[in-house]
Amino acid sequence: MSLYQLQKFLFELNRDESVQDRYRSHLDALINNFDLTDEEIKALRDGDIGLLYVLGVNGQILMHYAAFLGIEWFNYLDLMRDGIEKHGPVRAGVYAMTGDGDSFTAEGKKR
Amino acid sequence: MSLVYAGVLSHAPGITGRADLVENTAKRDELYAALDNQRQEIEETGAEALIVIAAEHFANFFMNNMPAFCIGIGARYEGPIEDPEWLKIPKTNVPGAADLGKRLTQEVMKTVDTAYAEEWKFDHGIMVPLHFLTPDYELPIIPVNINCQGPPLTPLHRAWAFGEALRRACNAAPEKIALVGTGGISHWPATPDSGKINEPWDRDFLDRLMRNDREALLSYSDEETYRDGGQGGFEIRTFIAVAAAAAGLGELQFYTAELPIFAVGCTVARFSLDSNARGDRA
Repeated sequence: MSLYQLQKFLFELNRDESVQDRYRSHLDALINNFDLTDEEIKALRDGDIGLLYVLGVNGQILMHYAAFLGIEWFNYLDLMRDGIEKHGPVRAGVYAMTGDGDSFTAEGKKR
Repeated sequence: MSLVYAGVLSHAPGITGRADLVENTAKRDELYAALDNQRQEIEETGAEALIVIAAEHFANFFMNNMPAFCIGIGARYEGPIEDPEWLKIPKTNVPGAADLGKRLTQEVMKTVDTAYAEEWKFDHGIMVPLHFLTPDYELPIIPVNINCQGPPLTPLHRAWAFGEALRRACNAAPEKIALVGTGGISHWPATPDSGKINEPWDRDFLDRLMRNDREALLSYSDEETYRDGGQGGFEIRTFIAVAAAAAGLGELQFYTAELPIFAVGCTVARFSLDSNARGDRA
């Protein structure tokens, strides 16, 4: 249920500018509206893309969140790779890394 | 007047958002030319509204109440939900076709249970196609969604049935209606495998699609698609629904796997609306 809550937090943030305003001004109050674990709360407070990816946040939701945070594309991909390196494989969902994760970084270049 | 155009195209956010990171700019520009040609073909039909069958990415629907299908009945929409700088598409309002949307919904509901929505925010899945197909946002849009994101997913044979229902609904309307489906074939977007494309799998799917071979198109299991086409491959539902609506043979106008920065094999195709052109279905 907690992953559901975590994704719902990000779903509402991604699609609603008024929620984005509250995210910037009253993050703790916003977080309190959701039933989240300490790990999830820390990931949200830190904008920890790698951990959120490993926790199983749907990739599309996470991609939009990374864009909201202003994270550059290749950095965003690297943050997911770093998350796996640090926390292990993705724990839930269909956006798990099923390949080697380095099929593409910059065009024609491997990481 | 009913359906006057049916086609498919890709919608990956990189197509606009990462255009400046492409090294193979000649191939990118070929894609853009194919999309502009699609725009011209739609304009030449005199279409009064454009239905976009999309695979949205959590802009409106979530697992608290996820419809298998939804049709937009709003008078106007807004998008993109994403950072405009990231997508390189400014936030804008898009005209809807509320009355037509309601009539189509009523007809579709005779055979397929669809949700409908008067509010709808567009994400890249619709905004990228509109950026190319109606760049001044003058054509009224009827958004349609098939759940390709939140398992349990809409079964393929229901996507087919939905496409057929949509065709019947269009046939009952006096307006000239264009239809596009937008999705990806194999791709692993929003993962560290982003940029991976299974070109042989794509080309096999496109062969089935252009033949409008119902049995072959509906033979994929989700397990097979996930293994061979990634979670992005679930979006074949949008293409399948358009094939069912069109009923005729397809014409592949553009495909490339040579733009991995766009994280999908980029596709542009159109369909004949004449089922008599096919050998297997009169």
